Amino acid sequence: MTEKVKLYDLSKCTGCRACQLACKQWNQLPAKQTHNMGTYQNPPDLQPNTWNLIRFQEVSDGNGGVKWMFRHDACMHCTDAACVRVCPSGALSHTKYGTVAFDQAKCIGCKECISACPFEVPRYDPEKDKIAKCDMCFSRIDNGLEPACVKACPTGALRFGDKDEMLELAYKRAKELGGDASVYGDKFVGGTHMIYVLPEKAGVYDRLPENPRVPLSIIAWKDWLKPLSLLAAGGVLAGSLFHYIIHGPKDTGGDDDQASQEGGK
Amino acid sequence: MGSNAASNHPISFKYVTKAMDNGAKLISVDPRFTQTSSKADIYAALRSGTDIAFLGGMIKYILDNNLIQEKYVKYYTNAPFMVNPDFKMPGENDGVFSGLMDGKYDKSTWSFQTDANGVVKKDMSLKNPNCVYQLLKKHYSRYNLDVVSRITGTPKEDLLRVYKEYTKTGEVGKAGTIMYAMGWTQHTVGVQNIRTMAMIQLLLGNMGVAGGGVNALRGESNVQGSTDHCLLFHILPGYLKTPKASLPTLAAYNSKYTPKTKEPKSLNWWKNYAKYSASLIRAHYGMNATLEEGYGYLPRLDDGKTYSWLDIFNEMYKGKFTGFFSWGQNPACSGASSNKTRQAMTKLDWMVNVNIFDSETGNFWRGPGMDPTKIKTEVFSLPCAASIEKEGSITNSGRWMQWRYKAVNPPGDAMPDGEIITKLFYKIKELYEKEGGPLAEAITKMTWDYGPMGADGKIRHLDTHMIAKEINGYFLEDKIVKGKLFKKGTLVPSFVYLQDDGSTSSGNWLYCNSYTEKGNMAARRGKKDKSGIGLYSEWAWCWPVNRRIIYNGASVDPISGKPWDKEHPVIMWNGSKWVGDVPDGVAAPGSGRPPFIMKPHGVGSIFGPGRADGPFPEHYEPLECPVEKNLMSPQCVNPAIKRFDVDGTDVDKRATCDPRFPFVCSTYRVSEHWQTGVMTRWCPWLAEMQPDMFVEMSVELARLKGIKNGERVIVKSIRGEVEVVAIVTNRFKPFSINGSVVHQVGIPWHFGWVTTAMRKFVHGDKKPEVFTSGDAANLLTPFIGDANTMIPESKAFMVNVERKGV
Repeated sequence: MTEKVKLYDLSKCTGCRACQLACKQWNQLPAKQTHNMGTYQNPPDLQPNTWNLIRFQEVSDGNGGVKWMFRHDACMHCTDAACVRVCPSGALSHTKYGTVAFDQAKCIGCKECISACPFEVPRYDPEKDKIAKCDMCFSRIDNGLEPACVKACPTGALRFGDKDEMLELAYKRAKELGGDASVYGDKFVGGTHMIYVLPEKAGVYDRLPENPRVPLSIIAWKDWLKPLSLLAAGGVLAGSLFHYIIHGPKDTGGDDDQASQEGGK
Repeated sequence: MGSNAASNHPISFKYVTKAMDNGAKLISVDPRFTQTSSKADIYAALRSGTDIAFLGGMIKYILDNNLIQEKYVKYYTNAPFMVNPDFKMPGENDGVFSGLMDGKYDKSTWSFQTDANGVVKKDMSLKNPNCVYQLLKKHYSRYNLDVVSRITGTPKEDLLRVYKEYTKTGEVGKAGTIMYAMGWTQHTVGVQNIRTMAMIQLLLGNMGVAGGGVNALRGESNVQGSTDHCLLFHILPGYLKTPKASLPTLAAYNSKYTPKTKEPKSLNWWKNYAKYSASLIRAHYGMNATLEEGYGYLPRLDDGKTYSWLDIFNEMYKGKFTGFFSWGQNPACSGASSNKTRQAMTKLDWMVNVNIFDSETGNFWRGPGMDPTKIKTEVFSLPCAASIEKEGSITNSGRWMQWRYKAVNPPGDAMPDGEIITKLFYKIKELYEKEGGPLAEAITKMTWDYGPMGADGKIRHLDTHMIAKEINGYFLEDKIVKGKLFKKGTLVPSFVYLQDDGSTSSGNWLYCNSYTEKGNMAARRGKKDKSGIGLYSEWAWCWPVNRRIIYNGASVDPISGKPWDKEHPVIMWNGSKWVGDVPDGVAAPGSGRPPFIMKPHGVGSIFGPGRADGPFPEHYEPLECPVEKNLMSPQCVNPAIKRFDVDGTDVDKRATCDPRFPFVCSTYRVSEHWQTGVMTRWCPWLAEMQPDMFVEMSVELARLKGIKNGERVIVKSIRGEVEVVAIVTNRFKPFSINGSVVHQVGIPWHFGWVTTAMRKFVHGDKKPEVFTSGDAANLLTPFIGDANTMIPESKAFMVNVERKGV
């Protein structure tokens, strides 16, 4: 199956939030009471019931003017997905499109994925004791449709298609924009399936990691220690087995004879 | 400018984005850096209410630098026309035009010089000091960079950057367009704001061409449809005029409103007026009345009186109305000066409130500050169907009539508006038949066969297709027109076939051609674009006669007939006829017919004597402004507006240059909410995104007032106040107005008390899933309107902002 990519071009996004709402509508996610904290951004962060969030950010343009930037923040659908690696129950897994699907039924609420994700995406719902995140509308893409957010986007900032085609578009656009513009995502974590075209350097954007990686602790645990520990556990079992074969069960025979002998007096 | 398309017309912004991909430049001029500004190539700030100064400066720049599309200006506009030498302009007449008397203009000096045959005298060299072009130059010579910058607060370099970029479109073959909305209309000089841009577009040759035009982004998805079908007091469907009391006969009426011209080559399409008025009368009364009788049944206006929204609520406040149908609206939040509007409603005996959701209007009697025990108004709330729960059409900003099918049934007792009106009509008719009454026939003779007829002579339900066909029109008898025989009952193919003798009907001549023997043109969904310039002529239908770009005769050279823009032609002569878009009354190349066929003289009006407040736009300050004097002239405010504050009441107070209200305030929208929020505040997903009424203010102003981002503050004008959340942002910056610092703030107008947690809920009330906070922005706005349209000035008035509890 061809890998699919959701391409998001920040230079075309107007922060209208059709995508944020389309996601809620398609996935029937409830709304919660919010308050305006001095920004259009609401809810304030990704939540178990908010799987994509438009982040609003104002920066100075260096000339006394202002830049107003909008970023569609959602699961990056990593190839080398830390969350899939750590998930003990297999609730998080890769689909044939390269996206990371989420099976709520299997989630045990351990929150390991939350610690693992370099993009701080999954969110925990204490009432359900489960996490939630964007699944790139698997039910839609598996039926030849584009994700709900992509369909709703009026300016074409969001697009969806085959990975190679989307990456080609991304690089073309970054080149067109010039300056500090770049493609973000294809060089990290094995390549993400949500790719950004960033008009500014990654470091300018709020909460966007410049160098996202699967955390060393997980690599250490999953790639080294866990196999080692399994090896060690296996070694202990194997060792015990061999010991039993070679030496037999523990010899407590002398004591028993003595007892029966003494018992006869 | 005058709009924020990215936030409020996001689908239109899809096409702006595409245009930019193709190399177009986007210019955003706005008091506040908006979502549109964030995508623009050039952004310039200006103080709310100073658009004419800004654009007047652009006109001066165009003329000073010879950037006009010369041939276009000479042949297609009234720039060469000679004006009456007694005509005086504000620069030499204390800030007003000649003829001002008691707040109204006698326009006799705003006329053209004519020869012995009545033909307008022209100077094609554009040099005569009395020709329109030279008067234009003289008038705008006062709009130099310095004074414009001091009025608008826009730095000179920013003015120049905008002027330089936009006027490039004056080059032959280049085009620019303007997308404007309420940022321009909602001012006491609203119409003149738009006029200034229309003049710029004419000077640059941008009307009637691909990528040009003056494009109104309508404020509501079907307001184009409602104005086309005459929701406003001064017009009948198809922009015919509402008869005045002083016009007793149909002949007098037609004579008054049928324009005449002596220009030999002008088509003067409105000369067909009598065909359209006759056909309209037939649509209302069929053969139940003669044309003369039918004319007599039409509602009349008293001469000299206006019946606008402001007039209605002014009279209602004085207790002059017994009852009020509030249909698909929320005046308690949408009307200027909400305290006045809400108080006005307490004077009614009854109100019928037709709406989809619960609103501040239906509940006005138990709103904040109201004592229900003292209010006698009986409110009948009728639930109506939403747009997807009924079949019908919507007309958009591009004049496209698009048919919509019914997707679901309305819930509970909710009914389409048309069905409610039908029930009312039959009941009122019955009462008139039984009891008689003044002009009873106006109702009893009305035809109402818009559905399958029952045995009782009433239709069993409304069939919107039959209404659409009535709007298109029928032949009421066998008739031969243009050599062709049309049988009685045939749908009229287009308005070209409509008659003035009562043999045809048409509920709206502009829509004649929309539903014909070929079918429902508005329901077409052809996706091919044969034009190559994005006309999509097979998608739905647009008026007139599916012509997508009106005045397209101006898109070609007047002599050769060749398109100005070879790469994006709108129409082309193929040797025997025009191909491309539907040609707009364009004669063969070189025939000399001027292309603006709806104007009596056939040319675009650079000089516009039809306006109530002047043939040239002039900068006047808003009714409430931060400056003591108008820097442009001794006349501070538009002299031709109808004032309610002079003999008005407490609620009509104004505060200008008042230290209690030192900041300019404007109102605007957000993507997430719609109008007064009646439809959107009840939607949890939308309320979650924008839960609270807010005020946006500059970092500098916040510092001055000790306000922190996210803090609750009070914004107030002399008429009312609202509690809101402060958004402190660099997207507003203080203005330097004539050397003084003037701060501006802005508030959205989507909020109302009905969905707030603070109101008193009683048994049976529905509580919103997500509460919003804040009441209507219009509590602050002034009760004053434009001189031509009376649209309220909600975009520039004076307020103060204080921390809560100060």
